[in-house]
Amino acid sequence: MDLLSYFLRRLVQAVPVVIGVTVLVFFMIHLVPGDPARTMLGTHASPARIQALHKEWGLDQPLWVQYKDFMSRLLHGNLGDSLYYQESAGTLIMGRLPATIWLLCYSTVLAIVIAVPLAALAASKKDAARDQVVRAVPMVGLGFPPFWLGIMLLLLVALHSGGFFPVGGYGNGFTGHLQAMFLPSLTIALGISPILIRSLRASLLNVLESDYIMTARSKGISERRVMYRHALRNGVISTVTVLGINLAFLVGSTVVIEQVFAVPGIGQLMLSSIFQRDFPIVQGVTLVFAIMVVVIYLAADLVHAMLDPRVRFD
Amino acid sequence: MATAAAPIVTEPLVVERHRGFRERWYRTPSFVAGLVIIGTMLTLAVLAPVIAPYDPNHQDLTQLLQGPSSQHWLGTDNLGRDVWSRMLYAARVDLQVAFLAVCFPFIIGTVLGCISGFYGGWADTGVMRFVDVVVAFPFYVLIIALVFVLGPGTRNIYIAITLVGWVSYARILRGEILVAKRQEYVLAARGAGFGDARIVMRHLLPNVITQAIVFAMSDIVLDLLAIVTLGYLGLGIQPPTADWGTMIADGEQFLTTHWQLSTFPGVAVVIVGLGLSLLGDGLADLLRPE
Repeated sequence: MDLLSYFLRRLVQAVPVVIGVTVLVFFMIHLVPGDPARTMLGTHASPARIQALHKEWGLDQPLWVQYKDFMSRLLHGNLGDSLYYQESAGTLIMGRLPATIWLLCYSTVLAIVIAVPLAALAASKKDAARDQVVRAVPMVGLGFPPFWLGIMLLLLVALHSGGFFPVGGYGNGFTGHLQAMFLPSLTIALGISPILIRSLRASLLNVLESDYIMTARSKGISERRVMYRHALRNGVISTVTVLGINLAFLVGSTVVIEQVFAVPGIGQLMLSSIFQRDFPIVQGVTLVFAIMVVVIYLAADLVHAMLDPRVRFD
Repeated sequence: MATAAAPIVTEPLVVERHRGFRERWYRTPSFVAGLVIIGTMLTLAVLAPVIAPYDPNHQDLTQLLQGPSSQHWLGTDNLGRDVWSRMLYAARVDLQVAFLAVCFPFIIGTVLGCISGFYGGWADTGVMRFVDVVVAFPFYVLIIALVFVLGPGTRNIYIAITLVGWVSYARILRGEILVAKRQEYVLAARGAGFGDARIVMRHLLPNVITQAIVFAMSDIVLDLLAIVTLGYLGLGIQPPTADWGTMIADGEQFLTTHWQLSTFPGVAVVIVGLGLSLLGDGLADLLRPE
């Protein structure tokens, strides 16, 4: 199967998931105890305003009609109107999306920069002191609350950097973003690195026992070259999937990290909307995050298939 | 043939594994270290009313933002409350919620995973497609969104974590059962005419539950992080009840002058996380059949 056919097959497989996601997001409003419109507008809202919101959200319609209208609006890119900002939820979310995507991409790069050398260092001499130290990292790292790690970086780095690393914001221009987003991205990267190190180390240890590595060594190639030119290429394959799965998990962490570092992304928008009881925004952001995860899974599968053609024939 | 083989294959394996656990647990360093850490934290949490020097919610407005001293070991917060006492009571609340919150997803995920893996067909397709949909939502986003619609508070944290957390157990159990149900001892049990429920409960589950138990250790960490995060965001355990997340959030505004207010509760979370990771690691070693 060629790469395009494989991708199309995976795309078709993702369609039911996306439909399921829309169903779950649609039903969120029906989980609200009591009358959702009254809950969102508050106890002092007039009956006329509540009635108007019932009509606007279609809460007076049968459930299937509500879902049909929801999907119809969604397919036209309409996520409803924000109750607080009196603006289209879609426009507000799209305006905040670049900061979140920046944060995700930057975190991924930093995670790879941290994980690859450490995993290679650990795998280069199994059970040696350096291996034991690197293996201990995931054990400790997994228990760190991401937001607390962010606060500690603010305390230990940002406050002592003389303004080089701002304590919050998104920065201006490419270098401004690079500088301002360094600490938030590092926080997320430190969260994902322990899992990557563990996976890559295990994968490298397997690869290093292969015949082709023995052949490379017997030809007198340096250990460094064996590791970086031969072992890593195959060792990284399974890690791509692990990275995909955990990036999806860390998409969620951006919500909290954006709050800690005041990054104007969709996570921060979601949290501020929660306190403003702005349901359309919370619903829209939840949907966008889920779609992002589906796209990340697809991308990870595609990269995996590119790196390892055997996957396409499974 | 298969029927006769059943007792020979299954019984000694299970017995040996149990005996091995009792004989080996104290020789597994990670398990012992994890047990000591978690045991200490649980003891401190349980004994909080006895060992806490002050009422965790008592405000002493003459002692605002005091540094660590012999009177207040970890100082006081912006309302003059003793930080050490609040840390102890927070351990009580957070650990209780984290440990209990794992039980519901564990049970629901195990049941659905067993049904999915054992029966296959439509049951499997239905459960697994639902799993795919839930997995598409980032953990924190779904938890935060659910707590938003359900409202803050402990009961709704349990509901949100259950709705999100069961999928991992369902996946693990399904995978394990898919492999185990083709083993000879299961075929033998079928041949002996045992019912499905008996085969699953008496024969399959004891052999496949190990992975789920090991995962539960890291799941408690995940739940603890979720509870603390919700507390930090103001969506979790509500004030004045002490909670590590709320304590970190309250201390954040005094970060430059009173760093200890946000630091110590976070360190407590990291220690519990480390303890559970070690425990999980040790359990994985101990429960792995020799």
